[in-house]
Amino acid sequence: MTEDVIRLLTPEGEFRAHPDYPIEVSPDLLRQLYRDIILTRRTDIESTALQRTGELGLWCPVLGQEGVQIGAAHAMRPSDYGFTTYRELGIFHVRGVDPVELLHLYRGTSHASWDPRRVGLGIFTIVIGSHALHSVGYAMGIQRDGADEAVLSCFGDGATSTGDVHEAMVFAAAFNAPVVFLVQNNQWAISVPVTRQTRAPLATRAAGYGIPSVRIDGNDVLAALGVTRVLLDRAREGGGPAFIEAVTYRRGPHTTSDDPTRYRDEAELDHWASLDPLDRLRRHMERVGALDPAFVAEVDAEADALGERLREAIRGMADPDPLGMFDHVYAEPHRQVTADRAAMADYLATVEGS
Amino acid sequence: MTSMTPTTSMTMVQALNAGLRRAMEGDPKVLLMGEDIGPLGGVFRVTDGLQKDFGEDRVIDSPLAESGIVGTAVGLAMRGYRPVLEIQFDGFVYPAFDQIVTMVAKHHYRSGGITPMPMVIRIPYGGGIGAVEHHSESPEAYFAHTPGLRVLTPADAAEAYVTIQQAIASDDPVIYFEPKRRYWDRAEVDEVSPISGNPWSSRVLRRGSDVTLVAYGPMVRTCLEAADAAAEDGVECSVIDLRSLSPLDLDPVVADVQGTGRCIVVHEAPVMLGMGAEVAAEVTRRCFFHLEAPVERVGGAYIPYPPNRFEQHYLPDVDRVLDAIDRVTAV
Ligand SMILES: Cc1ncc(C[n+]2csc(CCOP(=O)(O)OP(=O)(O)O)c2C)c(N)n1
Ligand SMILES: [Mg+2]
Repeated sequence: MTEDVIRLLTPEGEFRAHPDYPIEVSPDLLRQLYRDIILTRRTDIESTALQRTGELGLWCPVLGQEGVQIGAAHAMRPSDYGFTTYRELGIFHVRGVDPVELLHLYRGTSHASWDPRRVGLGIFTIVIGSHALHSVGYAMGIQRDGADEAVLSCFGDGATSTGDVHEAMVFAAAFNAPVVFLVQNNQWAISVPVTRQTRAPLATRAAGYGIPSVRIDGNDVLAALGVTRVLLDRAREGGGPAFIEAVTYRRGPHTTSDDPTRYRDEAELDHWASLDPLDRLRRHMERVGALDPAFVAEVDAEADALGERLREAIRGMADPDPLGMFDHVYAEPHRQVTADRAAMADYLATVEGS
Repeated sequence: MTSMTPTTSMTMVQALNAGLRRAMEGDPKVLLMGEDIGPLGGVFRVTDGLQKDFGEDRVIDSPLAESGIVGTAVGLAMRGYRPVLEIQFDGFVYPAFDQIVTMVAKHHYRSGGITPMPMVIRIPYGGGIGAVEHHSESPEAYFAHTPGLRVLTPADAAEAYVTIQQAIASDDPVIYFEPKRRYWDRAEVDEVSPISGNPWSSRVLRRGSDVTLVAYGPMVRTCLEAADAAAEDGVECSVIDLRSLSPLDLDPVVADVQGTGRCIVVHEAPVMLGMGAEVAAEVTRRCFFHLEAPVERVGGAYIPYPPNRFEQHYLPDVDRVLDAIDRVTAV
């Protein structure tokens, strides 16, 4: 990792204030962040286990990226809005998505999971880069409404190669849209290293669009919080778009279907494990005496309960009513859908009757 | 294939890999490009080992941009290369749709025949593997509807081995749809005989006197199984694999339906304006006085591909085909 990154917490857990990104670090804030990382990690581990036993079709592990996600999500106000990919469990958690709702998607019972209005997050996008444009359009709407809101637009290093992300930057700049792009550079797009997507640090791209950018240590939850908050505030106040490159690492496989031993070196993993965002936060909390054993035990118990709740909700969850697949294709009645639904109902009735 | 020709049992993935390898050995201008096709060998391992053997210049791990993959391949083709592209999943071809429809399909025409566009765009397609959104779609009709593109889809490993090489040898752009749920099915593959046969034609796989089943790609196996089941009930079905969706060779279908008087077209894609509509229209026109029943279509409902816990109901299966056989034979 180059030294030009913004870092408020050293890997040893020492806090170093930065003049451009002031942040008040209270014990309560630290405990909140600690709890969020522990709970996110527990959902992540449980979900992988549920996939392994066949309860989920797929899971996208987030291990290693919790720091940037949880920090950035805390920088959002409840009234702000976010657009994400599939690998943003930390953001989902902070915004109040119930992991059981989320796992419906990975179990294959529903395409819809949370209610976007309730958590202020658009439904996530698997088609890489697509939602960067939606973020900008949403931000243009905020601008036209004169609302005191901003948009956080999250995507990966791989996504920065897509035309949609490029066009999103063009539109954001052209209209001075209140949007902060947050790239989680986790070094890999499945098996393709970030060096195939870019020769220069991704953050430097923004300058070409006239968008200010910052490179942050993505394993530093405080840097993610401090920097994202300043840039969202700026966007809300009419300062326009900004771009954050969070330098981090995907320590798990791309998904539970992936086999990273085919393309990457285990030594890389050890290096990044030594920069773990939770360890770093823990070290800092120990230094400042914000990590008492009672609190640790309480969070662990909460995580255990969460794990149990997930297992219970997902294991053996009934398949949905087959006719449910015809719901919501259109907002208004549609002849073909209605006819196909009726034909399927008739067919199912004959199958059941036989 | 004579009985003396040695064959190898292969999955469709292995057969495609072997076919790509042979095409690359035979023509230094053949090169592969796509996401994750290098060290990973593609998410389905179709290109496994090819980068190691042919180098990074010929097996190119691309940046993450489908429009970029297809658009740069247009330039490579102009420069005399024969790019073979991998789109990772059906649902991710759309960023490249503009390049494919406006440029790839029309280039030969627009250049007055001076610049051919030899290019193969491989797309794993179809459902049945319990995947998440955008990983189970059947978009073949969009491409078959676009003049200038050829569209091929193999039904089994032996077909895949041969037709991928024929697609690469073609001077026209070929959209090559690989039925991903059949990737792990095995067949005997003849790697010895010279590649022969006309891929732009339908194949009659089974002859029966009562009903003609028409399918392609993943539904060919389903129809063969349905034909077996129907035979137990005394109904004899022909099964015809269209194989090429553009050009579309309906002569064998018409000839067969003139005998059976009954025709059922089966595909995973939505029935509405799918390939079955074209087949039904032409069969009805050309076999009008032979038909004993209306041409039936079995396929997807008019809904986006549903979450995978619905797919057993969404996808045509043997029972749905048998149900259609009951309908056409009841007339
Ligand atoms: C348009 C499109 N092409 C291909 C894919 C298949 N795919 C899924 S994730 C992925 C890599 C994404 O990398 P990155 O943007 O860095 O995000 P990360 O997975 O690392 O979080 C690819 C190629 C896709 N989902 N969408
Ligand atoms: Mg990445």
